[in-house]
Amino acid sequence: MFRATLKSLLGRKLRLTLSGLAVVLGVMFVSGAFVLTDTLGRTFDAIFADAYEGVDVNVAAKPKIAMSEMEGEQAPPPFPASTVEKVRAVPGVAEATGVVAIDGARLIGSNGKAVASFGPPQLGENWTGETDLIQLREGRGAKAADEIVINKGLADAGKVKLGDRVGVLTPLEPKQQFTIVGIFGYSGGRDSIGGSNEIMFTTPVAQRLMLGEPDTFNSVSVKAADGVSPESLRDSVASAVGGGYDVKTGKQLSEEAAAGFKEALSFFNRILLGFAAVALLVGTFLILNTFSIIVAQRTRELALMRAIGASRRQMIGSVVLEAIAVGLIASVLGLGAGIGIGALLAWAFGNLAGGLTLAGLGIPASAVISAFAVGLVITVVAALLPALRASRIPPIAAMQDVATPDRPLTRITVTGGVVSAVGAVLLFLGLSGNAGGNTLVTILGGVLFAFIGVALLTPLISRPVVSLLGAIFAWSVPGKLGRLNSGRNPRRTAITAAALMVGIALVTGVTVILDSAKSSISGLAQDTIKAELVIAGVQSGPRPPTFDPAVLEKAAAIPGVQLVDGEYGDLAVVGGERTWVAASSDDAALRQIFGVQPTAGDIDRLGPNQMLVSTDTAEDRGLSVGSTVPVQLARGEPSTYTVTGIYGSSQLTNGVILPAEAARDFAIPQPIQGFIQLAPGIRVADVQPQVEALLADSPEVSVADRDAFIEQQAGQVDGLLTMIQILLALAIVIAVLGIVNTLALSVLERTRELGLLRAIGLRRAQTMRMITVEAVVISVFGALLGVVVGAGLGAAVVEALKDEGITDLVLPWTQIGVALGLAAIVGVVAAILPAARAARINVLGAIAHD
Amino acid sequence: MTATVGRQAQAAARANDVWKVYGSGEAQVVALRGVSAEFEQGRFTAIMGPSGSGKSTLMHCLAGLDSVTRGTVSIGDTTVTGLGDAGLTKLRRDKVGFIFQQFNLLPTLSAKENILLPLSIAGRKPDPAWYDIVIDTVGLRDRLDHRPAQLSGGQQQRVACARALVSRPEVIFADEPTGNLDSRAGAEVLNFLRNSVREHGQTIVMVTHDPTAAAYADRVVFLADGQIVSELIEPTADTVLDTMKKLDASAEVNG
Ligand SMILES: Nc1ncnc2c1ncn2[C@@H]1O[C@H](COP(=O)(O)OP(=O)(O)O)[C@@H](O)[C@H]1O
Ligand SMILES: [Mg+2]
Repeated sequence: MFRATLKSLLGRKLRLTLSGLAVVLGVMFVSGAFVLTDTLGRTFDAIFADAYEGVDVNVAAKPKIAMSEMEGEQAPPPFPASTVEKVRAVPGVAEATGVVAIDGARLIGSNGKAVASFGPPQLGENWTGETDLIQLREGRGAKAADEIVINKGLADAGKVKLGDRVGVLTPLEPKQQFTIVGIFGYSGGRDSIGGSNEIMFTTPVAQRLMLGEPDTFNSVSVKAADGVSPESLRDSVASAVGGGYDVKTGKQLSEEAAAGFKEALSFFNRILLGFAAVALLVGTFLILNTFSIIVAQRTRELALMRAIGASRRQMIGSVVLEAIAVGLIASVLGLGAGIGIGALLAWAFGNLAGGLTLAGLGIPASAVISAFAVGLVITVVAALLPALRASRIPPIAAMQDVATPDRPLTRITVTGGVVSAVGAVLLFLGLSGNAGGNTLVTILGGVLFAFIGVALLTPLISRPVVSLLGAIFAWSVPGKLGRLNSGRNPRRTAITAAALMVGIALVTGVTVILDSAKSSISGLAQDTIKAELVIAGVQSGPRPPTFDPAVLEKAAAIPGVQLVDGEYGDLAVVGGERTWVAASSDDAALRQIFGVQPTAGDIDRLGPNQMLVSTDTAEDRGLSVGSTVPVQLARGEPSTYTVTGIYGSSQLTNGVILPAEAARDFAIPQPIQGFIQLAPGIRVADVQPQVEALLADSPEVSVADRDAFIEQQAGQVDGLLTMIQILLALAIVIAVLGIVNTLALSVLERTRELGLLRAIGLRRAQTMRMITVEAVVISVFGALLGVVVGAGLGAAVVEALKDEGITDLVLPWTQIGVALGLAAIVGVVAAILPAARAARINVLGAIAHD
Repeated sequence: MTATVGRQAQAAARANDVWKVYGSGEAQVVALRGVSAEFEQGRFTAIMGPSGSGKSTLMHCLAGLDSVTRGTVSIGDTTVTGLGDAGLTKLRRDKVGFIFQQFNLLPTLSAKENILLPLSIAGRKPDPAWYDIVIDTVGLRDRLDHRPAQLSGGQQQRVACARALVSRPEVIFADEPTGNLDSRAGAEVLNFLRNSVREHGQTIVMVTHDPTAAAYADRVVFLADGQIVSELIEPTADTVLDTMKKLDASAEVNG
């Protein structure tokens, strides 16, 4: 039996290749995701392993607001220089250096633009001399107040060189000019550590620009005397400085820094695995279909085996054996391809992050295990279903080759109806917020069930739809034959189309949701923002672009300007909860620019230690006018604020508003956006250039009219959309392979028929056209299903988000049209190989022999 | 119409010193060894011979389904030898009809659509009068909308015959058309083939190893070991059987 299986397997290489391909692709995505995260994870480990080289113990004041890596850089608050002395006095300390290192020092490159970061920090520091880690490549250290030293990576990114006069933006003061007197690199010939950039000033300048207070530091690096272990030194330093400080060994810091990056990375990994799951779902359809076709083709062979005495178990065993062989080979190949893809992505990521030196390629056990689990299990299950069915056919019926009668679709349709209903219920529960704490899981489960349910219903739907679609082509004989072929096996057509449906449905659904959100928010902004000009920039990393607050006053002085408002924002601890807080430079702005209305108290004036809350926040936290709330900002001591007004919540304005003075203690005490209202009758074009001129020293932002601003803000959604579409395109690629696969197997199956057609005079080109029509009908059908299901899912989500302010339902008609057009092209492309094969069929071989 | 049988007819298909060699070296098989034969217009010719004698090979070569190793083949005034795929397709489309042992119908098409398929492919309209005659002779009028799966073997083969006839090809080649049928259904098909020759002047070349089937033909050509060894005009089942026996005997003597 085993040998017979192996022989039959090797005898049909094409079949093997096609069915294996689906498994290879699914496995590739899963193992690729694991390899990528492992490689990057170890890369970060390696980078940060020596980022604290030469630092045995580090002392920092406890941060006022705890932040995760995703929210931005920790900013340990400053402490007096005396702390450094205190540390230095601890026995066992060989050296103690006061360090300033704060995120937000941005170099203005030779193109006049600030060098942007896509995540890693841009540190402003004090130059404390060369260390084991930091080595000057050119020049010398910073000695005068207008001198800086920068890392090589930053010099390259900004295209600046030794001796250049450059502008630097810092969080606390407007742009200032410096001379680059030194360029340094890191041990091991590196230009940057994990993509972060460093600008080093003299200590007093760093203290003024980055900390805002003279004679302060935000950490102390300590070197232990010979024979003193970092751990014991850490403990003695900790007891010397007291409870307000975090004292850690260099090793701890490395681990924490790497862990922070890895946390961000694991988020990335989850996204990748999500797409792998989609790919696998589609791949499963493909494998299932392939094996169904293969088993159907082998029914005769299997029946013969049964007739000569093989048991049902042996027969199923032989199919499973084939599946295991295919699954194993495909898993190995998929793992190989996954390692390749993982390495490629890691390389791309490394380049994007500014030349990361990758640690060696990592192949974690999880990649190998998941590859084989996924590859083998899915293949065997997919093969078992049709084998069980085939084993129930009496051998004689199978051998007589009575054209397999159309099995009724009742059972599959009922099952599909039930599964779809379960999906709909789950979606409803998830979207209406009745799923307890498992909203996301419930929604995803609902989507999965909906997909499988629709896939099961597809055979029934396929009959009328496919014949309708095919009618377009029925004017020519090949077209008519192709149309009939596509309706010939509803299950096969359905699964093939369903695979395409999943990808297209996801793309369409996401587009519906994002487009609706975009349209709703820009609609709202159009209606509410009453400012003719807006100052803003495009955010690329965790840190928003900012501008010099002096611009606000100067803009207010421009003739024709009626009101100028600068908006600040930060994370703070309000009443014990981490909360996003905002501040406006002009109290009148809330009402006049954002159209906010009071529901209680006074919202037009905000004195020190007074705050406004929105109706939502007031309700959530049980606040009313007169309530007092403790507030801790990023800087300064905790203080108590009194609620003096409550305003109506809207999509644009919600939450806690603090007085303008409070912004000075924000982590970023510079305005993030500016709104300018003009007096009636003043032309925007007259004022805009004057504001533009004021922004010369704030290269991160620009001034735009209101419509352009709204478009720019809403446009940030587009990048996300494109990324999702690219990743989902992979699922579509797999589905296309599925169409190729189904067609190729069908062509094999219909060899005799094709031979006959050729014998009675069908030309090669006509044969190819016939196959192409079949492919186009299947793929357009799949796309049509996907568009309908996706628009339905998207509309359901939008409906559920109505209360969150997504009031417009936008159906992306262009994109839907493109999807359908693309599906037709996909069909043509998918048909190329099978059609060529069909056209090359040897007429005589096809009809004279089996 | 019976007059055509006796007419000194022009050849509808002709083989001239045809050799066909399969494979090479050890595995070489010479299937045809210098076969020359003419198949007259309006006649029903049977090619007889034991299994493996080269009957199918000869038919495939005549019909342009296979290339010859040496010699020439022509159909009507077209020389088949040397035609490319496009030429062969056109030849098959316009001048040749086929009936195979396996009924070879398209399962997706109804009986009627199957019958009209060659004409549709060629983009021609059927001659309605002729179409009616064909349908009535094969006796399928009440089954025209059925799919092949809903027809019996004999009915399917009659559909295949009608398909070959409806385009009025110069010659119809049939390879063991009754091989898969019981004797009654086989007799129906053979009667029908003979009638189409007698009454409508169709040319048919039929390969068979069944003497009863061969007896329906006007002429029988005997093949043995890739060569034409004998011929019978106006055969009966008995004369065919006798000839076969003689051939077998001589084959045994030679072997
Ligand atoms: N494609 C082929 N390759 C090799 N040998 C073949 C092929 N087709 C037929 N033959 C050989 O040619 C000879 C004649 O075959 P065939 O014409 O099919 O015989 P018949 O139809 O009279 O039974 C046989 O010996 C057969 O084995
Ligand atoms: Mg034969």
